[in-house]
Amino acid sequence: MPQIIGVPKETAAGEKRVATVPEVVEKLIKLGFKVMVQSGAGDAANCSDDTYRAAGAEIAASAAQLWSGSDIVFKVGVPTAEEVGLLREGGTLIGFIWPAQNPELMQQLAAKKATVLAIDSLPRVLSRAQKMDALTSQAGVAGYRAVIEAANAFGRFFNGQITAAGKVPPAKVFIAGAGVAGLAAIGTAAGLGAIVRANDTRAEVADQVVSLGGEFVKVDYEEEGSGGGGYAKVMSEGFQKAQREMYAKQAKEVDIIITTALIPGKPAPRLITAEMVQSMRPGSVIVDMAAERGGNCELTEAGKTVVKHGVTIVGYTDLNSRLAKQSSTLYATNLFRLTEELCKTKDGVINVNMEDDAIRGLTVVKEGGITWPPPPIKMPAAPPKPAAAAAKPAEKKGHGHGGSSEPMPAQTLAIVFGLGALAFWFVGAYAPPAFLNHFTVFVLACFVGYMVVWNVTPALHTPLMSVTNAISSIICIGALVQVAPLPVETAGTRPAAWILGLAVFGIVLTTINMFGGFAVTRRMLDMFRK
Amino acid sequence: MSFSLVTVAYIAATILFILSLGGLSHPETSRRGNLYGIIGMTIAVLATVLGPQVTAHGYAWIIGAMVVGGSIGLYAARTVKMTQMPELVALMHSLVGLAAAMVGFATYIDPAVTSSLSGAEKVIHEIEIYVGILIGLVTFSGSLIAFGKLSGKIGGKPLLLPGRHAINLIGLLVVIYFGAKFIHADTVDAGMLPLIVMSVISLLFGIHMVMAIGGADMPVVVSMLNSYSGWAAAATGFMLSNDLLIVTGALVGSSGAILSYIMCKAMNRHFISVIAGGFGGGAPAPAAAAGAAAQPQGEAVPVSASETAELLREAKNVIIVPGYGMAVAQAQHTVNEITKYLRDKGVNVRFGIHPVAGRMPGHMNVLLAEAKVPYDIVLEMDELNEDFPDTDVAMVIGANDIVNPAAQDDPTSPIAGMPVLEVWKAKTSIVMKRSMASGYAGVDNPLFYKENNRMLFGDAKKMLDEVLVVLKT
Repeated sequence: MPQIIGVPKETAAGEKRVATVPEVVEKLIKLGFKVMVQSGAGDAANCSDDTYRAAGAEIAASAAQLWSGSDIVFKVGVPTAEEVGLLREGGTLIGFIWPAQNPELMQQLAAKKATVLAIDSLPRVLSRAQKMDALTSQAGVAGYRAVIEAANAFGRFFNGQITAAGKVPPAKVFIAGAGVAGLAAIGTAAGLGAIVRANDTRAEVADQVVSLGGEFVKVDYEEEGSGGGGYAKVMSEGFQKAQREMYAKQAKEVDIIITTALIPGKPAPRLITAEMVQSMRPGSVIVDMAAERGGNCELTEAGKTVVKHGVTIVGYTDLNSRLAKQSSTLYATNLFRLTEELCKTKDGVINVNMEDDAIRGLTVVKEGGITWPPPPIKMPAAPPKPAAAAAKPAEKKGHGHGGSSEPMPAQTLAIVFGLGALAFWFVGAYAPPAFLNHFTVFVLACFVGYMVVWNVTPALHTPLMSVTNAISSIICIGALVQVAPLPVETAGTRPAAWILGLAVFGIVLTTINMFGGFAVTRRMLDMFRK
Repeated sequence: MSFSLVTVAYIAATILFILSLGGLSHPETSRRGNLYGIIGMTIAVLATVLGPQVTAHGYAWIIGAMVVGGSIGLYAARTVKMTQMPELVALMHSLVGLAAAMVGFATYIDPAVTSSLSGAEKVIHEIEIYVGILIGLVTFSGSLIAFGKLSGKIGGKPLLLPGRHAINLIGLLVVIYFGAKFIHADTVDAGMLPLIVMSVISLLFGIHMVMAIGGADMPVVVSMLNSYSGWAAAATGFMLSNDLLIVTGALVGSSGAILSYIMCKAMNRHFISVIAGGFGGGAPAPAAAAGAAAQPQGEAVPVSASETAELLREAKNVIIVPGYGMAVAQAQHTVNEITKYLRDKGVNVRFGIHPVAGRMPGHMNVLLAEAKVPYDIVLEMDELNEDFPDTDVAMVIGANDIVNPAAQDDPTSPIAGMPVLEVWKAKTSIVMKRSMASGYAGVDNPLFYKENNRMLFGDAKKMLDEVLVVLKT
C-alpha cells in the first residue's frame, strides 16, 4: 500500500514557497508514492494546480482534507499549533522545525505520536548529506536575492563602464560573512561586475572567496573562528575590536554592504553601528540578511526597507519568498533526495532507519518519543595519511620524464662504475682490435641514442616506435650482401642456394618493415595538427 | 662504388638516422624527421647494392624481393586502422627479429666469411652469430605473441606456469651449454645441432616471456620488443663487421630501452617484475586481505547521457582522460566532435594522457591525432595534474587504474605509488565504463564511490554519441 505524501499550502504570512514542485512530484511518484497537493499551494511559486495534476498529483480542496489524508506531510515553514492539530495521529512530518527554538512545538508533535524529520537538523558535516541540505540551498538563493535587492535599491551600475556620456566607476560591495549565503552573494555581485570584498572570522574560507571573484579582507588580529560543523563562533573582545575597526574602514569606502553573519542559537552579531552607517556615502545600500535574528546592523528594521542617514537599509526576512519558484524547486529536490534515502526499496513506503547517521540526525521525534538532540556522529576515521613512501614517487616526477630520478647514492654509483670498469678491462684484454673498433662505435651509438630519444615528446612515442622499427630494417643490408657476393676462394663448398634463399627471404621481411614502417609513420605524423 | 665511398655513404645514413629520431622531439619537425629516415635508408640500401659487396648477378633477386616486400608493407601501412597500431608495430618487430635470425643462419653457413678467421676472432664471430640469432628469434616469437594478445587472438590474461622462473633459468643454462658446444664445433654441420637446439629454446623463451605478461603491461612489452629488435640489428652488425648496422641497432635499442623505462616508471614498477610476469604471484594476496578492510565506502551514482551533456555544457574547464576503452570502442571521433562543440562554445577542453594509457606508448595521442584533435590541447599527466582543482568536469573515458586514488591513499594497494591523474580533485568527475568491474590490476577503484563522481555506464561510443546529440539540441 503506497503512502501518500501531502503538500499543504503554507500558512505563514508572506511565505510564497511550496514544499514540492510538479517536476519533483513525478520523481516521487516514480519512487512509488502517491502525492496530494492542497489547492493553491503552489500559486505563489508559479506552480498552478493544473501543473501538479498533470504531473500526477491529486488536488485536495482544503487543508483539513489534505492533512487528514496524508501519511507524510512536506512543509516549508515551521508548523503552527493548528497545523499540528490537523496532523494525523502517528503521521510523519518533514520540514523546518528548529527544535531548539520551539520546545512547545516539539511537545505537541510528540503528543501526536508523530515522526518528525527536521530538515534544519541535518548533520551537515556528512558529505552524503549535501544533496539534502535545504539550509544550504535556501541560503544560496537568499544570498543571490540579497544582491538583487541591493542592486534594486542602489542608484548606479554595478559594473564600471566607459560610455559616451562619461566614465562610470564600478560599485564596491562588501560582504560580511562568507557562509553559503555570503558566497552566493559574492558570486552574484562579482557576476554583475562589482568589485567585491568579503570577510569572515573563519580564515579557511579565504580561498573560496577568491575563487568566486572576491577579495578577502583580513581582520588584523590572530584568532581562528571555526566553531565546528562549518559555523562560526563568538570571538574574543580583542578580535571584535580589530574587526570593528576594519568594518568602519570598509563602510567609508564601499557602496554596498551585505551582512550574513549568524551564530547558531545566538542573536546575530552587531557588526555595523549607527556611526558606520552615518559614515557611508549617501545613496549607499545595506542589505541585512540577519534581520530576522536581530540584524547585523544596528539600524535594521526587520521586514522593512528604511532610509537612515541617506543609506537604504534593507531588512527583508523573506528573501527566499522573493524568489519563490527557485527556492521551492531546490527545496523540493532536497526533500526528494531525503525521500530517496528513506525509501531505498522504491516501493512507496518510508523506513526511518535510525542506524543511518544522516537520518538519525534529522529525526527529532520518532513515534511520539523526542529524539532530539541526536548523539554526536561518529565520523569515519579520517583517511589515513598516505604513507610517505607512497607519496614520494609522485613528487619525484619533477619536470617531464626527462628529469630522471634523483642521483644514485654514491655507493651504488661506485659499484656500477666498478662493474663497468671490470667489463671494459675484460673486453680490452681479450678482444681482437677489429672487434674493439666496432665496440667503440656501439657504445657511443648507445649514448647518442639515449641522448636523442630523451628529447622525444611523449605524444610522439608511437611514431617513434614505428620509425625506429622502420630504421631497424637496416638489417636488410646484412641480407643484401649475402645475395650475390664476390666469389672468394674457400675451403669448403658454399651452399649457395640455401644462402640465397635465406637472404632473399630476409630482404622481403625487412622491406615490408622498411616501407610499411616509414609509410605508417608518415600517415600518423600527418595527423598531428594544431 | 668503392669501399670508401660506401663507408662515407654509411656515415651519411647514420647522421640522417640520428636526425630522424631527433626530429621527433616536436610534432612540427617530426615529418621532416621521418623524411630524413627515408633518405638515410635509401642511401644505405643503394650504397650497399651498388657497392663492392654485391655483384650484378644479385640485382634481379634483390629487386624482386624488394618489390614483393615493399608492396606488402605499403599495403599494410595504408589499410591499418589507428586503433590497430600496437598490433602492426608488434608484427613488424617480429619481422625484424626473423630477418636477423635469417641473416645469422646465412652467415654461419657461408664459408666465405668464416674461413678467413681464426683464434679469438673466430670465437667472437661465432658468439656474435649465436647471440644474434638468439635475440632475433626471441624478438620474433615474443612479438608474434604480443601481436596475438593485442589483436585479441590470444587472451590477455597472463599465463603463469608453475615455476616459470626455474623454467627460464634452465632454458638459459641449456643455451649457454650448447653455446659452448657450438663454439667448439669444427665444421658447420657439427655446429648446426647446437644452433638449432638454441633456436627452439629461444623461440619457446620468447613465447613464454610474453604469455606471462598481462594486457595492461603491453606498453612495456611493445617497447621492450622494439628495443630487442634494435639489439638484434646491432648483433647482426657485429656479425658482419658493419658499423652502420651497429649504430642503427644501438640507436633503436636504446630508444626502446628508454621507452620501456618510461613506461615502467609510469606504472611505478620494476622492469624486472614486468618481465618476470603478471602482477607478481605474491602481491594480490596481502592486498586482498588489506582491501577487505579498506573497502571503498558509499555508493556509485549513475548518471545519464543527457545529464552528462548538461554538466559539460555548464562547465568552463573540462579535462578528458582517455584510456584503452576509448580505443576499443573507437570513440575518438565522437570525442573530437564533442571537443569541437565545447571549444566553439568557449569551454576550455584539454586532454590528460597518462603515459601508459592504451596498449603502447603514445597510443592515445595517435588516436586523438587521427580524430583531428589539435595536439596542443593534448597534454601529459605532469602538465595538467595540478589543474584538476580548477576543473569543473573531468571525463574519464574507458580508463580505470590510471585514475585510481588508491595509488596515492592506500599504501597496501597493489598499485600504490603509481602516478595517477587526480581526476577526483575536479568539481565533478564522470567515469564512462561498461560496468563496475575492476581494472586490469584487479583493484577496486574508490574513485567510483566519491561524492563528486558520476558513473556513465555503457559502450563509450554509444554513450558519447548520445551526449553529442543532447549537446547539439
